[in-house]
Amino acid sequence: MSSATFSAKGLLSRDAMAFLVIAVLLLAVFPLALDLFRLNLVGKYLTYAFVAVGLVLCWGFGGILSLGQGIFFGLGGYCMAMFLKLEASSPENTAIQSTPGIPDFMDWNQVTELPWWWVPFKSFPVAMLAIIVVPTVFAYIIGAAMFKRRVGGVYFAIITQAIAAILTILIVGQQGYTGGINGMTDLRTLLGWDIRTDSAKYILYFVNAFLLLGVILTALAVKRSKFGRLLIAMRDKEDRVRFSGYDVANFKIFVFCLAAAFSAIGGAMFALQVGFMSPSFVGIVPSIEMVIFCAVGGRLSIFGAVYGALLVNWAKTTFSESFPELWLFAMGGLFIAVVMAFPNGLAGIWRSHVEPMLPRLLKRPHPIPPVAPSPTKAAAE
Amino acid sequence: MTDDVPGKRPHTLNRRKLLAAMAAIPALGMLGSSRAFAQDTSTATVNTTGLAVTDTDVTVGILHSVTGTMAISETGSVQAEILAIEQINAMGGVLGRQIKYIQEDGASDWPTFAEKAKKLLVQDKVASVMGCWTSASRKAVLPVFEQYNGMLYYPTFYEGLEESPNVIYTGQEATQQILAGIDWVVDTKGAKSFYLLGSDYIWPRTSNKIARRHIEMKGLKVVGEEYYPLEHTQFNSVINKIKLTKPDVIYAIVVGGSNVAFYKQLKAAGIDLTKEAPLLLTISVTEDEILGIGGENIVGAYAAMKYFQSLENENNAAFVRAFKERWGDGIVIGDVTQAAYLGPWLWKAAVEKAGSFDVDKVREASPGIELATAPEGYVKIHENHHLWSKLRIGHARADGQYDVVYETAELMEPDPFPEGYQ
Amino acid sequence: MIGDYTYDQFFSILAMQGFAGLILFSVFVLMALGLAIIFGQMGVINMAHGEFMILGAYVTWGVSLLVTSFAPVLFPVYFFVAMGLGFCASFALGLLVEWAMIRHLYRRPLDTLLATWGLSLILQQLYRSVFGAREVGVTLPDWMMGSLPLTDIIEVPINGLFVMGLTTLIAIGVFLLMFRSRWGKQVRAVTQNRVMAGAVGIDTRRVDRLTFGLGCGIAGVAGSAFTMIGSTGPTAGQLYIVDTFLVVVFGGAASLFGTIASAFAISQAQSSMEFFMSGSMAKVLTLLTVVGILMLRPQGLFTLKIRR
Repeated sequence: MSSATFSAKGLLSRDAMAFLVIAVLLLAVFPLALDLFRLNLVGKYLTYAFVAVGLVLCWGFGGILSLGQGIFFGLGGYCMAMFLKLEASSPENTAIQSTPGIPDFMDWNQVTELPWWWVPFKSFPVAMLAIIVVPTVFAYIIGAAMFKRRVGGVYFAIITQAIAAILTILIVGQQGYTGGINGMTDLRTLLGWDIRTDSAKYILYFVNAFLLLGVILTALAVKRSKFGRLLIAMRDKEDRVRFSGYDVANFKIFVFCLAAAFSAIGGAMFALQVGFMSPSFVGIVPSIEMVIFCAVGGRLSIFGAVYGALLVNWAKTTFSESFPELWLFAMGGLFIAVVMAFPNGLAGIWRSHVEPMLPRLLKRPHPIPPVAPSPTKAAAE
Repeated sequence: MTDDVPGKRPHTLNRRKLLAAMAAIPALGMLGSSRAFAQDTSTATVNTTGLAVTDTDVTVGILHSVTGTMAISETGSVQAEILAIEQINAMGGVLGRQIKYIQEDGASDWPTFAEKAKKLLVQDKVASVMGCWTSASRKAVLPVFEQYNGMLYYPTFYEGLEESPNVIYTGQEATQQILAGIDWVVDTKGAKSFYLLGSDYIWPRTSNKIARRHIEMKGLKVVGEEYYPLEHTQFNSVINKIKLTKPDVIYAIVVGGSNVAFYKQLKAAGIDLTKEAPLLLTISVTEDEILGIGGENIVGAYAAMKYFQSLENENNAAFVRAFKERWGDGIVIGDVTQAAYLGPWLWKAAVEKAGSFDVDKVREASPGIELATAPEGYVKIHENHHLWSKLRIGHARADGQYDVVYETAELMEPDPFPEGYQ
Repeated sequence: MIGDYTYDQFFSILAMQGFAGLILFSVFVLMALGLAIIFGQMGVINMAHGEFMILGAYVTWGVSLLVTSFAPVLFPVYFFVAMGLGFCASFALGLLVEWAMIRHLYRRPLDTLLATWGLSLILQQLYRSVFGAREVGVTLPDWMMGSLPLTDIIEVPINGLFVMGLTTLIAIGVFLLMFRSRWGKQVRAVTQNRVMAGAVGIDTRRVDRLTFGLGCGIAGVAGSAFTMIGSTGPTAGQLYIVDTFLVVVFGGAASLFGTIASAFAISQAQSSMEFFMSGSMAKVLTLLTVVGILMLRPQGLFTLKIRR
């Protein structure tokens, strides 16, 4: 990457502009332009954006491709869902069950009392903590085991896939404790506040948007810090970074855990907005789809990841209504195109084709740093 | 390709049928063949909740998977529902209005089902929805239907344990399918020991629980109970165990892709189901599944369903003929497909009895609705929104059809929350 | 549990389970061999591997239909023809895919993963559009169904024996190809040191293309064989993917022996555990053990010591 991109001024102004644009889009344009139904959909897409931003850090900058982000998305989502489900399963609501006071799926499976590991989720602070802590610990274990032994690249990707598959099988199999393949449905209230009403949907949307903006800021801070530079260095020439005295494994573990934490928050917001959680978000297929959101937006661009998530999901909803078969061809084609034709995604196209035109269009006095062609190649690894 | 994939946009019939139907309306009105025509059918009266109803038509939704792993099973349901709607329209429609349908694809993805359900109810304001197949999809859409007060007609035989005011279950629930089937195999075949086998999720597990209770209440033995993950393809281990424990009956609730693998491997292991030692009784294999399994691999097995394509009665003969005319000669019709066919008819009957499209009124009018023209014979809606229906036992033939060898004399009462079996 | 059976029965159980394990082993090897060749040779993970297998299965189905309509007398032996055609079809498709897509991505293995995943989506939808969303049933000749009774209690399914035989043949074939032929020497040279291999005059592009094609061809044969024991539908390829990858990765990518060894280990573990506990738990435990061992020894069982 050319040094110009790292000059504080150039970075600051470009990132600040982009952040402003996205903040306005999320906080003003969407709520005003879309009806509640569509806005709720956008809220759902934005929860995937959390995962995509995490992937930009860990894959785009760190070179660690994780095909199992669904694991963390799911873990965060399930923690939130467990709390909400317990609240919805108060003894009054579940009076018709043979054992009132426990979730309905436990009752159908002849479970007669709440398992010990469910009990802490009755408390809101514990649930909130669990949403962040459980996936991060999980990521730490996986990361430590892999990175300390210098496993990376394709191996790591496949192993994350295998773990995603295992988790799905476990959740589906242990249906007495997890709701099985149906997942946890019928989530109603959060601390007494009904999350299904229209006003609740609006509020949740804004909470989601604020959290996402917060996550973006965190990611930006990471990128512009020394750590961010080290990440990119590690991705490009790991051995040199090691020889310079840094413990590469620790950095990788950190960024992997960070990406996991972001995904977990996304999962929790998903459970809140959509009102249920199921193992169909945990497995191999959704995990790979999350990667494509990041890839389409531009794996090196934090903002691009958000746009990518929005765009691909929007396309999915619209096209699957009208042309379900064509859509699958299109999605497959998208994977291939993004990898072969525009590896830097939309952000890459923006940077190489649109940005140079901006000074002419806006007649700005100060120059925009020249775009070197090399980012494409260097980023292609 | 003989299978048409049904269209995706709001569907209107071709002009010839439409003209024929519209010509029929005044004629039917004169005949007064239905109680509803004696009432006021102006839009203001029949639609007080803002549904998609005009003076000439009413819109319903169809929500099934046309893509993804479930497309295999759900295609039949879509075809049945479209056929029913076209037949109803040819007869004059409902309350003098032609039925238009909006079809959405659930894509075998439960969240997509929930999203599309919301779209159909909130944006398109359909009067009712025929849809879903797996319990997971139904569970995912249930809160949507309850929140926005829609009515879902759900066709699949399932585990029960549910009774929603916003769903009419046109398929059997577990006790209807299981109890009579086990009674039959014990009384007719003298079975004394059972090996329970299923795919690992809620329907087989709940069904086997009910089956086990019933078997043990009769004083008989369950010699094994096994579950395999949904996508599992290697069954040699459990087949070995079956060979060793020598049960009289294999009670199989294997689902999806595993089905094909299981029956092929069973046959390859030398277990000839026609010899009935052991005998195989299943509640999860319809004629649709046999297409994939291959008739010669499952010949001799018994299935407990409420409907088989080979059922001999007038209604069914006409139904099969019409279905094949519409969708192609090579088509097979399973239990779920027939149950899906019942959906639009039951809805029509309820609407006409209530004299309104409003969901609350349709719900009030539904219990007690009878349909004597169902291909399976006479059915009636119970207060718990399930159907009174008979159970039949079919004997699988090599050509992929079933011979019906037994039929309960009485209609089985649906009991989604069976006492003592929980 | 052991007390329930007599000694006779117990040994019969062990014998039959052993056979079941061997059949599972053959299945894994067949599935994984094609992928291992590609992965070992080029470091490319082909996520569309399952779809290449299913292509072979569909070809078999097509041949079975043709033979039943036009040449019923050939029915008992059509299967061998079908397998050959399955190999050719998948081989050809593999060549095409390599030329169109893979060769641009050689230095980017992670991107190949994504691109081949996209390919698998496209292929699945293609099958759905051409053959229909429903599964198709492949009718098999009578002599292939049924089982061989060895003793009173022990019976071995014939199709299992067939699969074992086929796997042995293919494994021997691959071994001969890789270690005893000139082309195999070229392949190994390119694996060990691509640059030098190119410098001594080996056409690396051609070697890569043929290797990819071969790997896909073997997948096609595997899919063809699996019509005996499994289902054939547009999404059936997904059923085998996770197991195949694990076998390959566990064995150590660059080693064919590793693939065979890991297939043996995993299949035996799984089928033994299946006997004593439910299928789901056995699967989960097997996967957990594999992942656990991979965490301790991530390069797999056998590795190639080379300088890259």
